[in-house]
Amino acid sequence: MSFTENIKKTFNAVADHLLAQLQRGEDANINLNAEESLFVRFNGNKVRQNTHVEQRTMGLLLQKNNRSANLSFSISGNIEEDIQRADFWLAEARKECALLPEDPYQVPLQNNGSSDSTFKGQLLAEEDVVQAITTPAAGADFAGLYCAGPLVSANKNSKGQSHWFATENFFVDYSLYMGEKAVKSVYAGTHWNQDEFAANLAQSKNQLSLMAREKKTLQPGAYRTYLAPGAVAELASMFYWGALSFTGYKQGSSALKKLADKEKSLSPLFTLRDNYGLGLIHRFNSLGELAPESMDLIAQGELKNFLISSRSAKEYGVTGNAAEAYEAPRALEISPGTLSREQVLKELGTGLYLSNLHYLNWSDRPSARITGMTRYACFWVENGEIVAPITDMRFDESLYDCLGENLMAITDFAEVDAMVSTYESRQFGGKKVPGMLIKDFKFTL
Amino acid sequence: MLDLHRSLKSMKNDVDWVSLRLVTEKTTMRSIRDEKPDRNHIIFDHGIMVEVLVNGHFGYAGTSDLSDSGISRAFAKAVLVAKASSNHKVYDFSLAQRPVAQGRYSSQVQKPLDSISAKEISDIFIDATKAMKVSDKIVSRSATTMIVETDFHVVSSAGSEVQQNFSIVSTDYSATAADGNETQTRTDSGGLARCHQIGAEIFDRVSILQRSKKIGEEALELLSAENCPTLATDLILAPDQMTLQVHESIGHPLEYDRILGDERNYAGWSFVKPEDFGRLQYGSKLMNVTFDPTVPDALASYAFDDAGNPATKEFLIKDGILLRGLGGLESQSRLNLPGVANTRSSSWNRAPIDRMANINLEAGDISLEDMIASVEHGVFMMANKSWSIDDYRNKFQFGCEYAKLIENGKITKTLKNPNYRGTTVKFWNGLKAVSNTRETFGSPYCGKGEPNQIIRVGHTTPYCLFADTEVFGA
Repeated sequence: MSFTENIKKTFNAVADHLLAQLQRGEDANINLNAEESLFVRFNGNKVRQNTHVEQRTMGLLLQKNNRSANLSFSISGNIEEDIQRADFWLAEARKECALLPEDPYQVPLQNNGSSDSTFKGQLLAEEDVVQAITTPAAGADFAGLYCAGPLVSANKNSKGQSHWFATENFFVDYSLYMGEKAVKSVYAGTHWNQDEFAANLAQSKNQLSLMAREKKTLQPGAYRTYLAPGAVAELASMFYWGALSFTGYKQGSSALKKLADKEKSLSPLFTLRDNYGLGLIHRFNSLGELAPESMDLIAQGELKNFLISSRSAKEYGVTGNAAEAYEAPRALEISPGTLSREQVLKELGTGLYLSNLHYLNWSDRPSARITGMTRYACFWVENGEIVAPITDMRFDESLYDCLGENLMAITDFAEVDAMVSTYESRQFGGKKVPGMLIKDFKFTL
Repeated sequence: MLDLHRSLKSMKNDVDWVSLRLVTEKTTMRSIRDEKPDRNHIIFDHGIMVEVLVNGHFGYAGTSDLSDSGISRAFAKAVLVAKASSNHKVYDFSLAQRPVAQGRYSSQVQKPLDSISAKEISDIFIDATKAMKVSDKIVSRSATTMIVETDFHVVSSAGSEVQQNFSIVSTDYSATAADGNETQTRTDSGGLARCHQIGAEIFDRVSILQRSKKIGEEALELLSAENCPTLATDLILAPDQMTLQVHESIGHPLEYDRILGDERNYAGWSFVKPEDFGRLQYGSKLMNVTFDPTVPDALASYAFDDAGNPATKEFLIKDGILLRGLGGLESQSRLNLPGVANTRSSSWNRAPIDRMANINLEAGDISLEDMIASVEHGVFMMANKSWSIDDYRNKFQFGCEYAKLIENGKITKTLKNPNYRGTTVKFWNGLKAVSNTRETFGSPYCGKGEPNQIIRVGHTTPYCLFADTEVFGA
């Protein structure tokens, strides 16, 4: 029995057992996150470390007497053993409910329907991974991570709701080096194709050859700048940091408060949505609620919707939209524009071509100002021709400027930025973003 | 009942060396917002990491299945991945990187964590958020704790047996004030920066309520404060900002795995080169930095790292000269440089890598009062709220919650939105004074590694005065 088949059988048995143990006046929501992963880390096209991980975590939300107890616990995949464990944690949850104050914003559980999706991939055999990576990368200073395996998310509740989503996927998140100069790429998907990976590597090697010229050091100042999709993806990550959270807005921490209050605006070229049609993540959240298939958050520069969890909706008396408790996009998409790939350098003219950004943070949240660094393949361009790679620079720029009146054009193509985060566990998700041409992008150091 | 020695016995003949690392961790998150429960979450995580040495290469396999068959399966996977990579390994490792270790470590606590109930914590936190409500302009108030009880138990085929038990509490109290378009947040020294190996004694009601009231008052005060000016001037940093400054511009660039390039595809490389050790004037002669896993209440104190290397205090920088980096036994062999005991994993499901532990700045000889009196014009910043630094750890920009203007040796007014920026070596060579008192903070969330890992770090630091630093406001 495969990992996915085993954990499905175990989850159904343990969840059904738990739900059958509930007493009058109790409701429960049960989640599962599970993965079987192979991680191989490379440095200099050699293997630094390799780790195989099987992990399975069950979440239990117990509601009783207007109290909410939330617990998560590791399970083994062995039904009898896991049922014993689940019984122990159900008893602990009841103790918690007896000790905690009433929760006025408790969300009554509902039956949000059922779904059952399993996608089988075609992954490399574990013993073949090193050869498949190092052979086409031969001769290159290759560093990065290969990660692959089944990934599962599931949910059941005491109202009869049931969701199951399982997939098998992989990514190679890597960079190639020429001394301290580097280029970055990710090859990701569900079906490994050796020719596609080789082509991805060849493209990176070609880009690296552009880095051979001597670096140009620029003075701080405002420059006409093209942000390639990889750089826009980093910029777009800042929308995860509470900017689109309704709770954040109400509590004064949203960086887009002035946009919501119509004191500031963004460019009519700019539209951002949560789009589950991209197929990057399942629609159900950890309460099993279904988010809209697609929902504009910012349309033509105006804020249309905040992300609102059911808990926030109850607290503030508004309608929720099945956001997770952290109220951040889960399937972020920025609409493409009209600038063709062939016209990018010509329209940039003289300025900066930035492939990637690094380590962004709010430097002034109420002004939606962000600081961060350039990274990897970033070039000085003159009259539509790449002249030289640049020494990394620090920028400090407001979204109201770079996505406002200084946003000159958006590319007519967009690229998927695959989810490569593996903190504690592998994650579903990702985003799809285009490139952007911006005038007067401000660099400070 | 899981018997690690029995499990080990069945494996050790098949490989050059094997170890089992059993990790059990209970994390309790409790949060009250505006006097009402916001988050109560208990996470119980357990699993085992099987680590093998085959043909000079370490292979790892972790599982949450602690049955005999689960551990056997993990062992087989560890051997498989080690063999599959051993012809392409970065270095030919041996048992020299896994010394025999035997011992125990437990956090020093006055009151065990189970001596305080969920209700008692909730009651204190409800009163803390009440205490922050010093004005109707306080629009959000929260009190949060993360309580962690972790047990590491490691055995190896070479005879190692180490048990380490950690009692950890992080807290944060936060108030946000708003008036029209102006919004200001003040916390208890930065989000969860108050994190220690400690027991329930940290939930001292009187102290928490006093601090909460002050947090509310200072959030309100910031609403009408002047913006931090833009100029180059003297800068005093309090320990709750120094912790971030030390972490980002000393700790990370000194990590050997960054210097070796292991980390360059993710967190980044380092401006520090192997030849810089023993030569580079990293900072002024007042700069003395230690790796010190022996500070009792600091977050990252321990007796052994995950390779079994005994943890001892070591000088990294002395009189401003870079002496030693942050690398465990594997990186020390690869670089042929001395290092420290910092081969650390976040949990049972990750392989250990070079991490910071407690990276501390040693105390100087001047009082904070005398330091302020020595400044003709400057800004005194407290509590981190924004951080960004490049992938070589050179160009940084940090923001703080709260600042004071210093004019002619005296504090004259409060400043809002204080930020500063600089480059690492130039900044540290501008260190003009170091206070004779220190405070301990840290972070439970230092991210690094592929696959990603979060680790706990501690920083004990004095107040420091830096010359001619670029400061600015909103």
